[in-house]
Order: sequence, then C-alpha cells, then structure tokens
Amino acid sequence: MIHFPFHYPFILKGELYMLQQAVAGKLRAIVGAQWFKDDPESLITHSYDGTPMLQTLPDGVVYPENTAQVSEIIKVLQEHRVPVVSRGSGTNLCGGTVPVQGGVVMVMHRMNRILEVDLENLTATVQPGLNTKAFITHVEGLGLFYPPDPSSMAISTIGGNIAECSGGLRGLKYGTTKDYVIGLEAVLANGEIIRTGGKLMKDVAGYDLTKLLVGSEGTLAVITEATLKLIPPPKTKKTMLAMYKDLYGAARTVSKIIESRIIPATLEFLDNPTIRVVDDFAKLGLPLDMDAILLIEQDGDAETVDRDIARIAEICAGENAERVSIAADEAEALKLLTARRSAFTALARLRPTTILEDATVPRSKIADMVLAINDIAKRHGVTICTFGHAGDGNLHPTATTDARDANEIHRVEEAFAEIFEAAIALGGTITGEHGVGLVKAPYLEWKVGAAGIEVMKAIKHSFDPNNILNPGKMFAKSARKRVVLHRG
Amino acid sequence: MAKTLSDLLPSAPDSGCSELATTLKSALDYDQLTNCMRCGFCLPACPTFRETGIEAESPRGRIALMKAVADGLMDPDEAFETQMNHCLGCRACEPACPADVKYGQLLEQARDSVEKHTTTHRWWVKAARKTAFDGLFPHQNRMRLLGGALQMYQKTGLRKLVRGAGLMKMFPAHMREMEAILPDASYKGVVEQIGAFHPAKGERIATVGLFRGCIMDVLFTETNKHTVELLNEAGFDVVIPESQNCCGALHAHSGEQDGAKALAKGNIAAFKAAGVDWIASNAGGCGALLVEYDHLLHDDAQWKQDAAWCATRTIDVSKLLVEHGRLQSAAQAAVAAGAGSMVGSGASIGGANNGSRSGVPASAPAAVSAISPHGHAAASGGCGGSCSGGLGFASDEKVRITYQDSCHLRNVMRSSEAPRKLMRSVANAEFVELAEADRCCGSAGIYNLTQPQMAGQILDHKMEHVKHTGAQYLLTSNPGCLLQMKNGIEKHGMSGQMEALHLVDFLHERICGKH
Repeated sequence: MIHFPFHYPFILKGELYMLQQAVAGKLRAIVGAQWFKDDPESLITHSYDGTPMLQTLPDGVVYPENTAQVSEIIKVLQEHRVPVVSRGSGTNLCGGTVPVQGGVVMVMHRMNRILEVDLENLTATVQPGLNTKAFITHVEGLGLFYPPDPSSMAISTIGGNIAECSGGLRGLKYGTTKDYVIGLEAVLANGEIIRTGGKLMKDVAGYDLTKLLVGSEGTLAVITEATLKLIPPPKTKKTMLAMYKDLYGAARTVSKIIESRIIPATLEFLDNPTIRVVDDFAKLGLPLDMDAILLIEQDGDAETVDRDIARIAEICAGENAERVSIAADEAEALKLLTARRSAFTALARLRPTTILEDATVPRSKIADMVLAINDIAKRHGVTICTFGHAGDGNLHPTATTDARDANEIHRVEEAFAEIFEAAIALGGTITGEHGVGLVKAPYLEWKVGAAGIEVMKAIKHSFDPNNILNPGKMFAKSARKRVVLHRG
Repeated sequence: MAKTLSDLLPSAPDSGCSELATTLKSALDYDQLTNCMRCGFCLPACPTFRETGIEAESPRGRIALMKAVADGLMDPDEAFETQMNHCLGCRACEPACPADVKYGQLLEQARDSVEKHTTTHRWWVKAARKTAFDGLFPHQNRMRLLGGALQMYQKTGLRKLVRGAGLMKMFPAHMREMEAILPDASYKGVVEQIGAFHPAKGERIATVGLFRGCIMDVLFTETNKHTVELLNEAGFDVVIPESQNCCGALHAHSGEQDGAKALAKGNIAAFKAAGVDWIASNAGGCGALLVEYDHLLHDDAQWKQDAAWCATRTIDVSKLLVEHGRLQSAAQAAVAAGAGSMVGSGASIGGANNGSRSGVPASAPAAVSAISPHGHAAASGGCGGSCSGGLGFASDEKVRITYQDSCHLRNVMRSSEAPRKLMRSVANAEFVELAEADRCCGSAGIYNLTQPQMAGQILDHKMEHVKHTGAQYLLTSNPGCLLQMKNGIEKHGMSGQMEALHLVDFLHERICGKH
C-alpha cells in the first residue's frame, strides 16, 4: 500500500514494466522514432508534476501528433496492458499526472492548435495541448472572452484544465472550466474515438458524457479535441480593497454582498498570517494588525459597475471595515491586485516545501473555516496561511514546511486530514478545484460516501475495464480512517 | 509498493557512481534543488522549452535532472551534459520563479562539474577553450593584440582576399555570418585613446569607475568612449582603472569557475584602489557577473567583503543615468533642441533628477554625501546654456526606435525600466515596445557559436517580432545581443531599413546641444 499522501523518502517507483522492446517498437512506428523516448533524462523529467513530494518514473514518454496516433497508441498499450498517463504541462497540485504505476506518459503538447473560432456561434474548437493563456489572448484579440483563469494559465494547457476542471479567480461570477466545455472528442481505452456534445447550447441526448469527462483526471478517456463556449467580454472593471480587524466582519461582508444579489467578478481573501508574509515580501505597507483583507472586483457596464462598487463599499463600511480603497485607475487596480497575486510567491519563499490545498465550504461558512484552520494549525504546531477565493468558498490553506523533516511532514499530514474533515462538517468538500488525483484519493470517500465510491468505480470500470488509463488515481486502495475533530 | 530511495537505485549508490556524479553531488546546492517545488511557472519563460516543448529542455526539467543526479537516481551521461549545455543561461526563469530558486547558480555548479570531467569536447574545442579562457580573455594586452590583428584583417584587404578566394566557405555557416557582422576592431582601447580620468560637466555628483569589458574594449571601443561622455554630461567624474580585466562571465558560464574567481579578484582590487562610488557597466553580460561577485567569492574569507562591496556598487549605465544623473525630460530636451512640438512620448524621466540635487538618494554610496548640496549647477562645455537642466537627448529627424532587452541586464541586474525611460526621453523619437523583448535573442554569450541550430531558430522568431515594430533603430545594451541583432538584420534582409545599435551610441549621437 502506498503510504500517502506525505511520506519521506518521497520517491516512489512504479511497478517496473520495463516496456518490452516490442511495445516501444510499435509506439515508435506510430509516432516516429524521435517522438517516443525512454532515455533516463526523459523518464526523470516526466516523473513528477506540480505536487510536492511525489515522484515515480514512467517507462516511456510519447508525444502524439493527432487523434489517429492517440488511438493507435492506446490500442497498443491496451493490448499489452501498459498504463498510460495523458498530460499537458504537468502543473496540477493533486499528483494527477505522476505515473505511480509506471507505464507510458503521453504528452499532448504537439496537439496545440486552435482549429476554429466560430464567430457566428461564439465557440472555439481547440486541441488539448493548446496553452491556456495563448488561447485566452487569442480570443480576446477577437473581442471575445474565455473566463476560466487558473493561476497556472501561463503554462497550463486546455486539455489539462479540462481533465482537472480548473477554476480560478473568475469562478465566482463566471463559473469554471466545466461551464465552458460544450463538446469533446476523446479516445477510449479500447482506442475507439467518441464525440460528445457539440456547438450546442442545449443537448440532452443521453447521459451528459461531456460533463462526465470534464474533471475525470485522465481516468476515463484521453481528450483529443474540445469545443468551448465563448462569451462577450465585460465592458469595464473596477477594483477595491477592504481591510478588517475582525475576521467575522470580513466574512459577513462576503455573505452580505451575495445576499444583496451582487455577484462580484472577483472576491478574494487574505488572512493575517498571509498578510504578514505578503507585506514582508512585497513591501506594500499593509497594516499588520488586520485580521483579513478582501480584494473585490466588479465588471460589466460602467453604470452597473459603479453602482455595485458603491454598494459594496457601503456594505464593507457597515461591517466595520477599517479601511476601504477603490482603485482610481488601471495602475492602482494592479497595485491592489499585487497583494493577492504575491500570496503564493511570498509563501513559497518562506520554507523549502509549500503544500497548497483547496478545501471549499459554502460561502457563508468562510469565517468558521478560517478559524478552524488556524486552530488546527496551532494544535499540530505547523504553519498554515490561508488565502483564496472567498466569494465561492474556495480557500487555499497553505502549509509552509520542509519535505526533509519527516516529523513535521507527518504533523502537516495530520493537520490537513483534520482540515478536510472540518470542511466536510461545514457542508463543504475536500477539493474545490485541484482535483483528487493521488493526494486526496484516501479522503474521497469522506465526501462522496461508500455508495458514491461504488458508483464512481463502476463508471471507471465501464470506461476502462483493464485499468490502464491513469491507474492508481481517484480511488485509494483503502480509505483513510476518519479523524475525530477536537472541537472547543 | 512504497519503496525507499535506496530501493530505486539501479545498484548500490557508491559503487557504480561515476566520478562526475560524485563531483556533481558535492558541487550542487541541495537546498536550492529542494526549493524548486516544480510548479512549472518557469516553463513559459524558457526559450528552449518554447522552441521544443520538451520538459527536459526547461528549467524545471533541468533542475529535476540535477536533483536526480544528486539523489543518486541517475548517472550523468552524455545526454545530461548536452542538456546542461543546451540552456542559454538567459535566466528568464529566475524572475518567473515564485520560490526564488537560484537557477543560474545551479547551472554554473553543474557546468563547472561537467567541464572538469567532460569527455565530449573534441581536441580542437579543448585547445580553443584553453587559448581563449587561459591565454586570451584574462590578458587585456593580448585582447588588444588580437583586436589589432582583426583590424589588420579587416582593413588591409586581407578580408577581401579571404572572402574573394572563398576561404570563408571552410567555416560553418553560423561562423561565416558572425564574421560578416563583426564591427571594426581596434587595437587601442578606451584608455589608450582618451586617457583614464574624465571630469564631470558641472558639479560632480559622484565618481564612477567605468568597467570597460574585454571584448567591449576591442570591438566596441567607441561605445566605451561614448559611455564616458554620457556620464560626464550627466554629472559624473569617470575613472577607468587600467588594471581591470575581463569580468569572467564567459568563464563562469562555461564551467571555468576558478578562472572566473581569479578575474573577479583582479577587478575588485582595481576598482577598490580607484576609490569609486559606482562601477558602471555598459554590457549586461559583464555587469550581471559583477553584481554576483559576492556569490562567486562567498566562500573566500579574504575576498568576501570586498566582493560584496563590488556587487552592490555595480550598476548599469542606464540605471545610473536615470536614477542618479542630471537628466532632462523629453519635453525639456525638445525645447532645448528647438523641437518643442515634436516630443516623442513626452514621458519625463523618473528618479532623482527631478528637482534639486541636494537630496542625495538613499542608495547612493556614503562618499557622495560629502558633496556640497548646491542646486543645479550650470553645465559647461558642449551643452551650452540650453542644457543647464542636465543631459538631454533630441533627434534631428523623427525616428522610431525599439529595444531588445539584454537578458542578464533584465533578469540578473533587474533593470528593464531604465533603458526604456532613456529612450522615451529622446525628443523626436518614438519608442515602440518589441513583442517578447524580454526573451533571449539566442546570442547568450558564445551560445550562438556552440549551439548554432537552436540559436538560429530563436533568432528567426525574434526577427519576426522585430519586423513588426517598423523601427529604424533596434537598440540593445550588451555587445553579444548587439552582434546577434546585427546578424539577424543581415540574415533577414532588413539592412536597408534598420540598424542595430548600442543604446549608448544611439543616445550619444543625440546629446542635446552637442551635435
């Protein structure tokens, strides 16, 4: 059994397949010799993703050029029962693309074209290896808007975003990746190619396989093409910052804004430990005695934006915000955003290892969750700073630690288990946008229950009976024993 | 199934381990390797990853390879060496890194180790390296002799003869291209030509030591002379310590740490003895090593402190002018040049030049505060009365200019705004931003000679962006980038419409009231 998620020494080796030369030969014949690699450098550099402390060597790396090649590759791997992990840039935070059982890593970078932007239907059809930011920039150039904006978007791929159902800062108002994927082409475990959905705003023909594949983490099929919904961009944008001496004031502001039927484009939160770290790093002159900062952005028509921002400022004042500042222009807005944008960077510099989680609760429970996190961190003697997307209840409790300190890592592991438990107790979930992958597999049952796991496993089995698609993810060999929360 | 590290090793770690692996294990900074959290934010910043899409060609991939060697997971083979050499060393990954991993240091540790054990260099590469690194760069007099020989080659008709006889065909294409764009060499360096001390125009703000550079002083002597003039005009005394030598960057980046250290000590001693407040560099590649002398000599108890002094006092000429010099805004320069209606972007230059000089900037060295706090001193000399506000620039004709960042100036010296402020301050010149100006041009020291294929590919993409600017002048702040840009302009048939120049030369030509 994999002792998981945090374990030192942390390098695991997959069950060694040592690809038979026959398999390697067939893959080379499909993609050309230069696009299948099994030299030590290639194996080492595809043994990890953005998740701390996980590393497992694959047995080969393949770079397909088109859907037909993907299908041929899968057929060969199915015939020989070799695991395959499809991936984009490998920036996920759940161990989703670490090849825990060895096999072949399939990198989709060569399939990176925008096939079409349909200006009549406002859709785009793209290949999975397309860079997210390049895509967003391209459609913006055409006067259109693709909202999902994970913070890794400068390097992540659309295919990776779909596999993990990525969120981002704009999720609160505009939704996440799942709300923009309306059609897919995918290769099944037997090499068959299916198409789901289409350029359709309504489609109830059978089960919604499109939505099922979004967020399936490469365990059900390999996505080879996607049709995405585009929307008109907002006309203007305004940004403001509110500071609180009292955490509950900030939390109540979040609820009050939503209750007032205002959905801001962005509603971000930084707690006191994060404020301290950010200020130390970025020297923004933030008041260190504040318990919380809210960064709020609204977009839309100028008139609506002005009205909403004025109303939000009133709400902040009513909830005893110490200070509210509204950015006068773009440059000032950028300055305000700096605090939020520096959070991850500042935290990452504190200690060698940074573990970022994404427990999510109903947005009315933000304050309870932050207090629970602080209490848990204190009891386990670990440093956890919390920031995140308060508007959609999606928090990022972030532990700064050192992978080489086995004892501390153990305490971090225990603390996170309690944080997941606390989130569920508040009606929340173990992961809002990072996915289950390897890291949260032991906790999945806590959220979905034994019956939920069974139905999910049955779905997995019907798609991939021989378990070759990203095996070892999503379902743990055994669920973790639930911790009993010490309340009080 | 969970296996410990030792289960993974192909054999017992100590028995089968190569000598290179042992050297790497002790050379690589394991803390830095651990600090890489593999978030992947460096990937889009990396030119070789962008060109290939291959993880091993990215900073995250290269660090993973180094760590695999340090962990005993992999024995460094020829592919490992190739990968370390494939990196441009542009260090664009460093500003992109949330965890502040010192990639440049890791790369130099890896290259230094590889160089000690390499078996892949052919005999003539070894001979050429030995000649250049031990026999040439460290000795400025020999550099000048080489400059003289080059000058003779260029001026006496020997070049015509060689080209005419088709002898250049014996060299690979990329060497031929470089030969064609080499500027006229000089056997007389800046000190030989104009002397070692040059007083400030008007009241002295501080004393600046000019770092002349080994190649700069042979191939770009004029740029050095122009740098001195700009600094004088902006209020600085300039001294050029004669005992300074090559900065050691080419050594350090090619795995010759010992050579680099010896050169560093020579320079530190030279500038220390000269009693300067600042050390001005006009080559991003050199300046970037000077600002890291503290790291280079961090384990040398005797030199550590002086190295730190040198590192903190080294500044790029643009930044020195913008932050501490007496400068005019574009509007002032336009008025002074009688071209009031033709101001370029009209931006005024920020920094300390606005208002009285009495407030010495907090970051200025202590020696500066001894200067008596007068207001603007009336400038004397070339400016005439019109430039009493300091150094200003105006172009006779309306020109469009663009700028390619020097990677080391931007990513290591962290100066990208100062050159742009200077360009925007030129009256009658329109500065347009070059798309991806922050991306390496492929020159990267001697990379364009050692890795011609990748360098050529990167250059081709660069030139497409350059074409889009429609600029008449493509400016840079480093000799290597300048040569590469000249090469690109030539190669893409743009020499009729565009000229590549060092920023200093462009500005010098347009000093207000002087020409």
